[in-house]
Amino acid sequence: MSVTVEIQEIKERNKQLIQEVLEVYPEKTAKRRAKHLGTFEEGKPDCGVKSNIKSIPGVMTIRGCAYAGSKGVVWGPIKDMIHISHGPVGCGQYSWAARRNYYIGTTGIDTFVTMQFTSDFQEKDIVFGGDKKLAKIMDEIQDLFPLNKGITVQSECPIGLIGDDIEAVSKAKSKEYGGKTIVPVRCEGFRGVSQSLGHHLANDAVRDWVFDKLGNKNDGFQGTPYDVAIIGDYNIGGDAWSSRILLEEMGLRVIAQWSGDGSIAELEATPKAKLNVLHCYRSMNYISRHMEEKYGVPWCEYNFFGPSKIADSLRRIAGHFDDKIKEGAERVIAKYQALMDGVIAKYRPRLEGKKVMLFVGGLRPRHVIGAYEDLGMEVVGTGYEFGHNDDYQRTTHYVKDGTLIYDDVTGYEFEKFVEKIQPDLVGSGIKEKYVFQKMGVPFRQMHSWDYSGPYHGYDGFAIFARDMDMAINAPVWKLAKAPWKQAPAAA
Amino acid sequence: MSQNAEHVLDHFDLFRGPEYKEMLANKREQFENPCEASEVERVREWTKTDEYREKNFGREALTINPAKACQPLGAVFAAAGFEKTLPFVHGSQGCVAYYRSHFSRHFKEPTSCVSSSMTEDAAVFGGLANMIDGLANAYNLYKPKMIAVSTTCMAEVIGDDLNAFIKGAKEKDSVPADFDVPFAHTPAFVGSHVTGYDNVMKGILEHFWDGKAKTAPELVRVANEKINFIGGFDGYTVGNLREIKRLLTEMGVEHTILADNSDTWDTPTDGEFRMYDGGTTLEEAANALHAKGTVSMQEFCTEKTLPYIASKGQQVAALNHPIGVAGTDKFLQEVSRIAGKPIPDSITKERGRLVDAIGDSSAHIHGKKFAVYGDPDLTLGLAGFLLELGAEPVHILSTNGGKTWEERVNQLLASSPFGTNCHAYAGKDLWHMRSLLFTEPVDFLIGNTYGKYLERDTGTPLIRIGFPIFDRHHHHRYPVWGYQGGMNVLVWILDKIFDEIDNNSNVPSKTDYSFDIIR
Repeated sequence: MSVTVEIQEIKERNKQLIQEVLEVYPEKTAKRRAKHLGTFEEGKPDCGVKSNIKSIPGVMTIRGCAYAGSKGVVWGPIKDMIHISHGPVGCGQYSWAARRNYYIGTTGIDTFVTMQFTSDFQEKDIVFGGDKKLAKIMDEIQDLFPLNKGITVQSECPIGLIGDDIEAVSKAKSKEYGGKTIVPVRCEGFRGVSQSLGHHLANDAVRDWVFDKLGNKNDGFQGTPYDVAIIGDYNIGGDAWSSRILLEEMGLRVIAQWSGDGSIAELEATPKAKLNVLHCYRSMNYISRHMEEKYGVPWCEYNFFGPSKIADSLRRIAGHFDDKIKEGAERVIAKYQALMDGVIAKYRPRLEGKKVMLFVGGLRPRHVIGAYEDLGMEVVGTGYEFGHNDDYQRTTHYVKDGTLIYDDVTGYEFEKFVEKIQPDLVGSGIKEKYVFQKMGVPFRQMHSWDYSGPYHGYDGFAIFARDMDMAINAPVWKLAKAPWKQAPAAA
Repeated sequence: MSQNAEHVLDHFDLFRGPEYKEMLANKREQFENPCEASEVERVREWTKTDEYREKNFGREALTINPAKACQPLGAVFAAAGFEKTLPFVHGSQGCVAYYRSHFSRHFKEPTSCVSSSMTEDAAVFGGLANMIDGLANAYNLYKPKMIAVSTTCMAEVIGDDLNAFIKGAKEKDSVPADFDVPFAHTPAFVGSHVTGYDNVMKGILEHFWDGKAKTAPELVRVANEKINFIGGFDGYTVGNLREIKRLLTEMGVEHTILADNSDTWDTPTDGEFRMYDGGTTLEEAANALHAKGTVSMQEFCTEKTLPYIASKGQQVAALNHPIGVAGTDKFLQEVSRIAGKPIPDSITKERGRLVDAIGDSSAHIHGKKFAVYGDPDLTLGLAGFLLELGAEPVHILSTNGGKTWEERVNQLLASSPFGTNCHAYAGKDLWHMRSLLFTEPVDFLIGNTYGKYLERDTGTPLIRIGFPIFDRHHHHRYPVWGYQGGMNVLVWILDKIFDEIDNNSNVPSKTDYSFDIIR
């Protein structure tokens, strides 16, 4: 069978499959969901699906909220600040230390990432407002955690509904504490359609409450021609560290990490960078564009998953610098060549031809495709939890003709797609993990790296390859069917 | 370069290599504007003092590391215990993503639950349209037998009326008119997850018993010989409910477990994803009205439900997450009293085995000091067991415990000479506990996974009992109730005690004289 015929068949299968899942929805919902499901057609400028639209009630969306985007992603990992989950206790509780943004510091003394600070709203706070309580909380933080370098207010749903003025409280307290960085963020969970707006609001808060209040803080900054900032690497399992080491080895000086193992001092220094290198475009493009406009700092996207994309990215970053850095990039690529050859020699034979379906947040629905391909694997379906159209445009550079695309997939759709396509591996989140494992389909969490990692950089790729192998080739999946329940082998 | 293909290093080892250590030290020095090491050390030492404890306990507004969650989490927990029931939380969608993740991280199981995905427009106009669409979609997609509706704080703040909304949705044919949609308002700013459990349990019983929101005749109670059993919000629900069913069957007591999620969160891997498995049938839920009586294993999870059941004419009994001999004795005696069935010799023998095990091991526990935190009922159950073992539960803390809980604890402590120097801390959090552990140290700490931060800071060995347990696997499959459950808890405590003794006596030619082979 020729490749063209095969692709035609896949496209036809996808069409039928989409039709099948849509049939179950009420008509109105089917119409809406139809716009989010499709097949990538080679040569098209995007993936042919709508995105960044409200999730439909009752369908079991996998998405979270703006608070998750701000507290969980952008602000939470700034390690020397205290982030108040402002409102009822739950939001902070469920997101407490769940994201594995590794950091180094003395927790509870000069570092606070894996702590849950909350105003634990009670009925009286809803009725009378929470501003006084918030002010008192800031005083208590100053008293009990004297080495904190700043405070952020991460708004939960009620804040915006009861008319609290967290900006006024923040301003007053900042003044009282000698210009201390205090950042109110209006990331109430009902705002927007997903985490995504939370990223944007959090980015804007950096602009308004950190950059616009810099004053002369950067006057003493000793720059070099090779200063870069890593933006949008959340250091899950240490990702930003296994990335940073490569940038340093090629001769760059990394003056800041946002926002995994990041500090307020690093955020403040970032406008001094010569280049911002951006991993998670989705969550951090806003502030990168702002720094380009206001401070003239150019930015470039990169992808540190798998040796092919790492090499491309190192060269692209080096392209912004002189020959010394360009040579540095080549030196780094060469240095790790043997390791990469070893990893691929070991794992590719075990993974060749295996099919993968993804559904993840941020940049991963496209960024990890290259890493799978380095191992001889094929991504046959992918989609974004909260991507926008520009993500789906960027995805066209990664996916193959005929790839099934599902935006803001529902629990029902994802289950049916996997059931029908029978991939060898599904990569998604904790809510999906056990659904597919019950079905006997190997699974890796692609948000938390299933508590492994790092996956970024050359060091991370070795771990990625090992993890995919151990998921797919674990003997347990052969045990799922009891011998007496298996179809009798053909004689 | 430390990484290699043959022996892949992951985060445990990779970042301890010299190149990473150097890189991270440079990052800190050059870019983080770090506090002076001596200053960090000074503050660290200061946080261990009585002075700091006083400030810490002086907090009026700030909560740090609480040991409680919000109402809707308990709502989903209770709803998930009914046959083919889809929990539906009306409000913002991020909340539901959190509940599902939270349960999946604890049980290592899928958790199905939908949201009405309310956004800004719903904040302005109310969430009726979301309810109408949400019920219709959930009904068509997931084919539930019942949809149990609760609320997030957003829907509560804007004052959405569930009763009216569900009626409105039925008028719009979202679900058939006779389809069961019980509901409960579960504001996150009142109580905690145990309150949410209570509200939803009561909401479901009211739905079936009191005429399904005026759409069906009220049921008339015709007393039978059955006993209802309510487990409450319980991280050990899988093991516990199965153990309870075994004990009740052994006693010959006909029973209904209300919100039986023992199968919901323990489905097999056999090639099929079961979105629904097990659960109390809707018929059983309705017929539970006719039971002779109801036993609640957790008083604070059924503060409204149990009086409601009593108002129907049933006998009721509330326990406090009983663990150990006396707790289980009381539980069985209550069941025996209400059901009018004797406790069989087979169970008495099980009791004897637990007493036997305690007798064998109590020398290692006697006089040891413990700190315990968790939900109100769980802490009472654990403290009771510790007293029985001759241990001292010196600090008993419950973030979602109130005055009544404090009284219960004090009564319990007064009942034993081992309770003399022990105290209850209602409404306090784990940062308070940190001060307690520094200023009044104990030998062991019992609590959930988040206790590992206290273990790291204070050096107090942590015995993981509670919810959530994220970083140890499968303990929820074991019961902590019944004599068999007491045995499990005893073994978990002993294992940690023995590990500690070994860890403290394993330095050759220094401490090895105590490194005994027989203990």
